[in-house]
Amino acid sequence: MASILTNLFDGVAYGMLLFVLACGLAVTLGLMNFVNLAHGAFAMAGGYICAVLVNNSGWPFFAALPLAFVGSAVIGIALERTLYRHLYSRSHLDQVLFSIGLVFMSVAAVDYIMGSSRVFIKLPAALEGQIDLFGVGIGRYRLMIVVICGLLTLALQLILAKTRFGSRLRAAVDDPRAAIGLGINVPQVFAFTFAFGCGLAGLGGALSAEILGLDPYFPLKFMIYFLIVVTVGGSSSITGPFLASLLLGIADVAGKYYVPKVGPFVIYTVMIVILLWRPNGLFGRTAAR
Amino acid sequence: MFNRRNMLLWGAASVVLCGVCAGVPARADDAVKIGLILPMTGGQASTGKQIDNAIKLYMQQKGDTVAGKKIEIILKDDAAVPDNTKRLAQELIVNDKVNFIAGFGVTPAALAAAPLATQAKIPEVVMAAGTSIITERSPYIVRTSFTLAQSSTIIGDWAVKNGIKKVATLTSDYAPGNDALTFFKQHFTAGGGEIVEEVKVPLANPDFAPFLQRMKDSKPDAMFVFVPAGQGGNFMKQYAERGLDKSGIKVIGPGDVMDDDLLNNMGDAALGAVTAHLYSAAHPSQMNKDFVAAYKKAFGNRPGFMAVSGYDGIHLIYEALKKTNGATDGDKLIEAMKGMKWESPRGPISIDPETRDIVQNIYIRKVEKVDGELYNVEFATFEAVKDSGKTKK
Repeated sequence: MASILTNLFDGVAYGMLLFVLACGLAVTLGLMNFVNLAHGAFAMAGGYICAVLVNNSGWPFFAALPLAFVGSAVIGIALERTLYRHLYSRSHLDQVLFSIGLVFMSVAAVDYIMGSSRVFIKLPAALEGQIDLFGVGIGRYRLMIVVICGLLTLALQLILAKTRFGSRLRAAVDDPRAAIGLGINVPQVFAFTFAFGCGLAGLGGALSAEILGLDPYFPLKFMIYFLIVVTVGGSSSITGPFLASLLLGIADVAGKYYVPKVGPFVIYTVMIVILLWRPNGLFGRTAAR
Repeated sequence: MFNRRNMLLWGAASVVLCGVCAGVPARADDAVKIGLILPMTGGQASTGKQIDNAIKLYMQQKGDTVAGKKIEIILKDDAAVPDNTKRLAQELIVNDKVNFIAGFGVTPAALAAAPLATQAKIPEVVMAAGTSIITERSPYIVRTSFTLAQSSTIIGDWAVKNGIKKVATLTSDYAPGNDALTFFKQHFTAGGGEIVEEVKVPLANPDFAPFLQRMKDSKPDAMFVFVPAGQGGNFMKQYAERGLDKSGIKVIGPGDVMDDDLLNNMGDAALGAVTAHLYSAAHPSQMNKDFVAAYKKAFGNRPGFMAVSGYDGIHLIYEALKKTNGATDGDKLIEAMKGMKWESPRGPISIDPETRDIVQNIYIRKVEKVDGELYNVEFATFEAVKDSGKTKK
């Protein structure tokens, strides 16, 4: 019983992490209709920013996390203004080629600057080990991930649904021309959204270094997971990717625990079954433009 | 990078000049060329860098002339992709007319070059790849690194003798991982040990959590671990996070997991892990202390077992050339290398005259803190271990 709950918790933590990493992609792909395969590169940037701050400059871990967010967001907005915006109106193939090129450049650049071996972030002692909750082992670090990611999800949902910016964004996505006519500065809204998505990825990258490992190949290794989350979740809202991340996280952990021989395939099986059942994802909308 | 390019440019320039003034084909007879094929980029790059560094260090210390011949290293990057290795080896042999090919970060790369070494009749000095079969693939292959069988069988023997009865295994699902598992199992169960749980994790494994939970629930005395060097750190951290260290489950395994290159970054989670391996930067000989100091001074970090393999590899080439008085005939060189014995930073080693594989001491080590840094501290030695993984004897 205890190990079932521990597994469930691990699955939720893993899922939450996937969500923070991938929700920026859900926004660019789903809301802005831009195929950005380089999303993982921003996550990697956040991870390395956090690692350098903590390991080399002696910052406390919790102070470095927001900077991972800000740093990645700044890189995101710089690239959006200089490169990405020229590709919004281009075909998806162009976008794919461009962003995959960006991935390779980021891999090579990080390999050159930081070296190819894995980087670890020195954690405060308070985050190490497990706490025992009614006989269920709960990893402290994972608990922190669940708390941070849970709060973020709540905040995102509120921003999108309740704020003026949220309604502008939804308007800009639904019909950019009408939105411009109403005086909404659509490119600005998009740029801001893009940067925010990159920032989230950066934060996710910093959080995931401990669990997934951080090296220059991060964007390539985890691209597939991000894409699975977005395809399974559907890209019309952030609720879809959120539920998809949780489902995939739990299925992955449970699969590896109970059937270790085929464990790694469980996540793909779940994806295939869901896509057969709902080709547009759990919360997909048909034909986005 | 720049040095290499400069060297190549100078090399090319001098070749052209010689050709012009002497009016003869430009192959200088007093140079011995070594084609060094290593992964300098990609996931295995740390292997390549260590070997390249160690060779540079050796040539700084011992000079670049042996038996009247100048040694010239031509470094090529195969990124550990066997197709590249084969193409590069071919170019080196045909265009550059190298006298040795050396390096080889992973087993498939070493195997890809084997038929070329046979055909060209030149020695292939394997400085990293660790699968047993490699030296059987060509009579021109000599190895100065190790085989997985050497360390995995020894840790199996050691575990049985030291009160470990039940072991759960966690190995990465690829050739070296499976090799390690098979050899460990053979020796451990033959000695009366029991494998209570066997898990193979995928090579590209993002999260060890579920596998570790399974290990914990099977309540073994120890867990046998083999994961690619880079993943060792994540593994040890999650092992500690889950409280496996406190529940008395020891980590044992071949020493690749606790590579000196990465060990210090793993944090205190790694403390107490017992592994069997050929080299530790903390090996107490004077020669090793000098080696570690010189390496640290030149490259700013600690040498790992790959660096030592490269250092011994180039030493073997030097000594073979001394023995042949500079003659570069492949068969003569291989004959000279067979049975050669010397003292390496890792301890006494020799080349088995029958298999051309390395014979070396395997040390049992425990991760401890020495002067604030993590080291594998050796506490038991199995002397002159041969590779037991050969299919034919």
